[in-house]
Order: sequence, then C-alpha cells, then structure tokens
Amino acid sequence: MVNIIWVTMLVVGIVYAACNGTMDKVNQAVFNSAEEGVTLCLGLISILVFWLGMMKIAEKSGLLTKFSSLFRPILSKLFPEVPTKHPAMGYIVSNTIANMFGLGNAATPLGIKAMEQLKKLNGNKNVASRSMITFLALNTSGLTLVPTTVIAFRMKYHSAAPTEIVGVTILVTICTTTAAILIDRFFYHRRKRKGRE
Amino acid sequence: MAIITALSIWIIPILIGTILVYGTYKRIPTYETFVDGGKEGFSMAISIIPYLVGMLVAIGVFRASGAMDMVLNTIKPFLSIFGVPSEIVPLAIIRPISGTGALGIMSDLLKQYTPDSFIGRLASTLQSSTDTTFYVLTVYFGAVGIHKTGDALKVGLLADCVGVISSIIFVSLIFGR
Repeated sequence: MVNIIWVTMLVVGIVYAACNGTMDKVNQAVFNSAEEGVTLCLGLISILVFWLGMMKIAEKSGLLTKFSSLFRPILSKLFPEVPTKHPAMGYIVSNTIANMFGLGNAATPLGIKAMEQLKKLNGNKNVASRSMITFLALNTSGLTLVPTTVIAFRMKYHSAAPTEIVGVTILVTICTTTAAILIDRFFYHRRKRKGRE
Repeated sequence: MAIITALSIWIIPILIGTILVYGTYKRIPTYETFVDGGKEGFSMAISIIPYLVGMLVAIGVFRASGAMDMVLNTIKPFLSIFGVPSEIVPLAIIRPISGTGALGIMSDLLKQYTPDSFIGRLASTLQSSTDTTFYVLTVYFGAVGIHKTGDALKVGLLADCVGVISSIIFVSLIFGR
C-alpha cells in the first residue's frame, strides 16, 4: 500500500510536469524536500535525546508501570495481546496523554518507544502486528484536548474568541478516535477471517 | 479554559520533577540512566531520515508539478455534492499527507475568511482534531524498522474521512453556517 502510493505520487508528478512544463519546479522540489526531511529529523534529535533519557529513568524506577496500571482496564481491552505489566503499556499511556495535551514533541519519542516494545513482543519481525496497527490508529486519529498551535494561529489573525473551537475539537476528536478503533477492529476481523492472522 | 491552558504549561515540568524524585527515591543512578536512554534518541533520529526524505520528496514532487492542484480541482465538485465546502477541500486532502502543508493552508484560510467565520472555524477544527497520518506512519514504523505496514494506512485514512465529516457536522450544529 505504501509502496504504491509512494511510486504513484512520484511518477504522476513527473509525467504531469513533463506535459505541463513545470519540470524546473519538480527539480527544485526534489532537493528542497530532501533537505526538509533531514532538517526535520535533526530537529527531532534534541527532543528524542531528552525525553528518552527521562523516560529511561521512569522505566527503571518502575514509575512507568505504576502509571499505566491506572489505565489498565481500558488499555487491556484495546491491546489484548500486550501483557498488563509490560513496559509497552506504560509508553502507550504516556504517549496518549502527551498527545491529549497537544504536546506533539513529547509524544513522538514515547510513541516510538512504544512501537519498539510492541515489536519485541512480536518477535522482532518487520511486519506490523495487530497491536501496532491499533496503536497507530490511536495516534493518527490524534486524540487532542488542547490544540495549542491552532489557537496560536487564531490569535495571530485576531479572532474574537481564539479558544472557542476547543469544545468542537474535543467532540470531533472523540468521534475520530472511536471510528479509528472500530475500523481497526473491522480490519482485524477481516484479516482473521482470511486466515492472515 | 484557563485551567486547561495552565495545565499544559505545568504538565512537562511536573512530569520531569516526578520522574527525578521517584528515581532518586528508588535509588536509581538517575544521571547515568538518563545518558543511557538519551543515546538511543540520537540513533533513532538518524534512522528515521531515509523514511522521511523518501516520503517528503514524493509529496514535494507531486505538489510542485501541479498534479496535486489538478486532482483537487477534479474532486472539488464531487465533494460539494455532499456538502463539503469547496474552500475546505484542499485542507481536508492535505491534512493526512503533510502537517506543515496543512498548517500553511489553514493559516491562509484564516487570513482570507477570518478565524470567526464558518470556514475559519471549520479549518481550525479540522486542523486540530486529526494528526498527519503519513507522518506518524513514516516516523513510528520507520524508527523501529517495520516494512510491512498491514492495514495501518487504510485505518488511518478512513479515520481521517470520519474526522472531516464530523468536523463539518459539529461546526455547523454548534456555530451555524
């Protein structure tokens, strides 16, 4: 799926540019986007190093396990394959909480860490497991309580009530997250029927 | 509202404080453990580079060639039938593909229609209620070396569709059109 979309975007882009004489822009885009990718990753280093360092302390001291036990009832339903005492649970919980408060920067390292643990649980295979797909669905649907960036932009353009969209955002985010979980379950049962899991 | 804003400023420092105090209480060599964990962060960031570069170049080429605008213009009338305002269509489509791209479009819509208009509110809600599916997929799976992504992309994109539909419904209901 990713392979097809990736190739399609590139090939269609190049062919379209050939027909419409925008090839110079395509050339520019290749190098600019590549640079953007590297810059983005380098920008991640500071946050990753700091948060992974902090979270290592939380993991070793047992704080992470303690924390996740609060949310165990809901999470064990969502991730039936993850043992409740497993560090993966702790990372999943902290990632979800960071996302809720619009702390995308803090959420990313925690999410990656959760993925790493889920991969270990799946015997280190390079195939996405059921729990990984569920976790990704939770993240892409973006459970948000405080959309900090958007509020900042609304203030910039002189909104009379920059925070008035918070309520709607919470309603919509609940809808998308619920939908993501349901869709994820649907695909899981479809895979199971087809004998692929 | 003030409570939520205050909470988001306090949560990180409180978290750091709690981790350090609890670690010390449990007699963990805090500084060494921190350095140990931090080292992983460096190699992790480097390992994501190829995934992100590949995805961003594809999106960049698709957009710069003009193909993206063509696709947007083709499906605009189709989506209008279902009550999707045509002004919001580019944002709805780019939202799952590029986070910074979507932020740019939202900023443009807020400027053009004012933040307190129907389009402005809808754009704000749409931007804040979902995440960049492609980015999350690339970074999370890329960092741990997952090559076969299964149904993950399909699930993410379908959830994004639900996000667009419910944004339109809720913004219309709560603020009126």
